[in-house]
Amino acid sequence: MSVIRSEGLAKSFHGKRAVAGVDLHVERGVVCALLGPSGCGKTTTLRLIAGFERPDAGRVLVGEKLVAGEGTFVPPERRRIGMVFQDYALFPHLTVESNVGYALGRSPDRTRVSEVLSLVGLERLAGRHPHELSGGEQQRVALARALAPTPEVILLDEPFSNLDAALRMRVRREMREILVEAGVTALFVTHDQEEALSLADRVAVMRDGRVEQEGTPEEVYGRPRTRWVADFLGDAEIVPGTAADGAVECELGRFPIPKELEGTVDVLVRPESVALGAGPAPGRDRSHEGVVVAREYYGHDQLVVVKLASGRRLRSRSMGFPIWHPGDRVRVWIEGPVNALAAEPAAAQATAISAADPGQ
Amino acid sequence: MGLAIGAATALPVAYLAITVGGSLDQALDTLWRERTLRLVLRSVGLAGAVTALAVALALPLAWLTARTDLPGRRAWTVLTLLPLVIPSYIGAYLIVSALGPRGLLQDLLAGPFGVERLPSIYGFPGALLTLVLFTYPLALLTIRAAMSRLDPQLEEAARGMGRSAWRTYRSVVLPQLVPAIGASGLLVALYVLHDFGAVSILRFDSFTRVIYTAYGTGSRTSAAALASLLVLVMLAVLWLEGRARGRLAYHRSAPGTARPPATVPLGRWRWPALAFCSAVVLLALVLPVGVLVYWSLQSVAGSPDWAGIGAGTGNSLIAAGMAAAVAALCALPVALLSVRFPGVASGLAERASYAGYALPGVVVALALVFFGTRAVPVLYQSLAMLVFAWVVLFLPQAIGSTRASLLQVSPRVEEAARAMGRSPLDVLRTVTTPLAASGVMAGAALVFLTAVKELPAALILAPIGFETLSTEIWGATSVGFFERGAVPSLVLLLVSAPPLYLLTARGR
Repeated sequence: MSVIRSEGLAKSFHGKRAVAGVDLHVERGVVCALLGPSGCGKTTTLRLIAGFERPDAGRVLVGEKLVAGEGTFVPPERRRIGMVFQDYALFPHLTVESNVGYALGRSPDRTRVSEVLSLVGLERLAGRHPHELSGGEQQRVALARALAPTPEVILLDEPFSNLDAALRMRVRREMREILVEAGVTALFVTHDQEEALSLADRVAVMRDGRVEQEGTPEEVYGRPRTRWVADFLGDAEIVPGTAADGAVECELGRFPIPKELEGTVDVLVRPESVALGAGPAPGRDRSHEGVVVAREYYGHDQLVVVKLASGRRLRSRSMGFPIWHPGDRVRVWIEGPVNALAAEPAAAQATAISAADPGQ
Repeated sequence: MGLAIGAATALPVAYLAITVGGSLDQALDTLWRERTLRLVLRSVGLAGAVTALAVALALPLAWLTARTDLPGRRAWTVLTLLPLVIPSYIGAYLIVSALGPRGLLQDLLAGPFGVERLPSIYGFPGALLTLVLFTYPLALLTIRAAMSRLDPQLEEAARGMGRSAWRTYRSVVLPQLVPAIGASGLLVALYVLHDFGAVSILRFDSFTRVIYTAYGTGSRTSAAALASLLVLVMLAVLWLEGRARGRLAYHRSAPGTARPPATVPLGRWRWPALAFCSAVVLLALVLPVGVLVYWSLQSVAGSPDWAGIGAGTGNSLIAAGMAAAVAALCALPVALLSVRFPGVASGLAERASYAGYALPGVVVALALVFFGTRAVPVLYQSLAMLVFAWVVLFLPQAIGSTRASLLQVSPRVEEAARAMGRSPLDVLRTVTTPLAASGVMAGAALVFLTAVKELPAALILAPIGFETLSTEIWGATSVGFFERGAVPSLVLLLVSAPPLYLLTARGR
C-alpha cells in the first residue's frame, strides 16, 4: 500500500516550471530518497506533499486519502505528516521538551514527550533551549518533534546538509536506526548520492522537475536507465558498443547484459569494475595494455587514470594498494557487472554531463 | 487588514488634496507669490545649514568616541548622545530663557557690566544654534554605528599598499562612510522640516510656523495649500536621497564577522579632543539641563500649579500610551504582510504607512481637522482624533522595528508548527508573536517616546480642556513664562526615561 502517492504533480513559480509531472509511490515503512541536483524540483515536490505549496496540476494522496488535487486542498496541519527542515526550524523560545510537546497539541502527553526524547537519546537535554545544543542534537530534536504525534509519514528536507562531514556519517546511521525502530514511512530530499544510496530503501532520481528513475539503490546505481542518471550517481565510463542476443561487444570485450538491447549502445563501466594488474589477468581471455597517466590517492582507495593502446582513457577505482605511479605499464581488464544503455544523441549527452557537474 | 491600515494612514494626504482642490484658485493664489518662494528658500536654507553643521559636529565626535583612546570614551558616548531626549521646543525655550532678552545671561551680565542688550537670539541664528544642538545626536548615532562597523581589513590593506594613515582615512574610510553621512543628513534635514516648536519659539518663519499661523488666523485654504507644498518639498528631499543612495553599495564582501576596528592612540591630541567634547556637552546638555533645573527650583519655591501638571502628565501618558498600543497592533499585520507576502499590494500598504515620514505633525493635524469637521464631526475634538494623528505619524517606527524582528523569524519555523497540526492563527499566536514580541514592544516604546513629546498635533487636535505636558509647556513658554514651563518639562524628560532605557538596554 502506498502511504505517499503523487500523480502528475506540477508546480510553476513565476512562469518557471519547478515540478513538471512527478509520479511517486512510497510504500508503508519504506525510507525513500528524493535525489537530484539543486534546482531539480525535489524540495518543491516535498513541499507539495507536505501542503506548504498548492499544486498547479496533479494530485497527492497521503495514507490513501486525497489531500491535494481534484479541487481538494487539505492544509498541512491536517495531513498527519511530520516534517524535518534543513535548518531544523526549532522554536528558539521553547525548551527541547516544549518543542516536542508543541507537536502534541495544547496539553501534551508528558509520557509521550519523554518516550520520543529517549528514542532519540536526548532525555538529559529536555530542559535546554535550542541554542544550547550542538548541530547533531538539534537535528535529533527536530526528528523527535516530527515523530511525536506518530504521523503517517515523515518528510525530511536535506536533513544532514548542516552537519559537518564527520558528524554526518554518525547522524545518518543513527537516523536510519531511529526511523526503522519507529517503523515510520519516510521521504527525504538530498543532493548527495552517497547519502541517498546508503540511507534509503528506495531512491527516486529527479531531473528538471521529473522523476527520471526510481528503484532500489542497487538498481539506480547498477542499472541506470539513462546516461544522465549514470553520471549523476557516480563516476561512469561510457564506451560505444553493439548489442545483440543478450550480450554487448565493445573494445573492452564481450559482456552479458541484462536487458534486451539491439544495435548501437553505450556501454557503462563503473571505475570500480576496471581492474589493473602488473601481469596478464588470471583466467581472463581479454586484457588490455595500458599506461598509468594520473592518480588521485584517497587513503582507503585510489583513482587511477590509465590510457589504453587505442588512446581511450579509463578511470579505475581500487583499494589503496598496490601503489601505481604515472608511467607504469599495466594490464587492464573488466571485473564485475557491465551495463548498456540505448545510445543517446550527442546533444542530450552534453546536457547530461553538465547537469552532473559535481560543483552543483 | 494590512491594506486597510495602509489606506487609513493615507487618509490625511487625500483630505489635504481634497481641501486644496476644493478651492484651487485661492490655493494657487497663495502659492503664486514671491513670499511663498522666499518661504521655501528660508525653510530649505535652514534645513541645509542645520544638516551641514550637525554632520560637521557629529563626524569628529563619532570618530573620537568610536575609534580612539579618548579618556572616558564610554561616558562621552552617552553624554554626547543624551541631548537627543530633549524635545526641540524645550531646548528652544531653555536657550531663549538663557540667552534671550531678560534672560539669565543678561541678568548675570547686567549687574557687574551694565549690559543692557545682547545680540538678538531670535530668527535664523537662534533657530540654527538650537536645532544643531539638539539634532547632531541623530547624525552622531548613525555615523558612529557605521564607523564601528567598518572592516579593519580594508584599512590594513590600504596601509599595506603603502598609504599613510591620513591618506588611508581619506581614500578608504571616508568613502565608506558616505552612505551613513547621507542617511544621517536626511534624518536631520527631515527633522528640521518637521520641526514646529523650536522655530516657533525662536520666531523664525519657516513652513510649519507660517502654516500654523495661517490656520490660527482662519485662512484654511492657504494653510492647506502651504501644507501641500511642504509635503512636496519633503518628498523631493526623500527622492533626492533615494536617488543618491541607489547608486551606492558598500558592504563587507567577505564572509564571517569582522574584527572590531583598531583603536587610534590620540597622544597629545587628547587634550584638544577632550576640550571639544566638553564644549559640545556643555552647550547641548549641561547648559539646558542647568537652566531647566534653575527654573524648576524657582518654580517650586513659588507655587506651581501641581494639579495642572498632574492632569497634564496623566493625559500625556494616556494619549501616548493609546497611540503606542494602537500603532503596535497596526504594525504587526502590515509588517507580516510585507515580510511573508511580498507583492505589489503589500508593498503599497507598507509604502502608504511610511507616509508619516514625509508628513510633518502640523500637516497631519491640519488635514485631520479638515477631515473631522467635514466628514466625521463626531470624532472632531475627540481624543481618538489625536491618537489617530499620532498613529499616522509614528506608525513607520513601529513597523520598522516589528519588521526587523519578523525578518529574524524563519518561515520554516512557522511551517514546522503547521506540520504539527496547528492552524495559521494558532501559529501566529504561539510561535510568530512570541518570537517577534521584542520588536513589537520596542516599536511601542519608540512610538510612546515620540508621541509623549509631540507638540503640533497635540496643540491642534487635543480636545478643549485636554492639556498634555507638551501643550502645557508650549502654553507657558511661548508667551515667556519660563518658570511655569520648567516643572512640566522636567516631568516630560522623566517619563521618557523608562521607555528609552528599555530601548537602549535591548540594543546592547
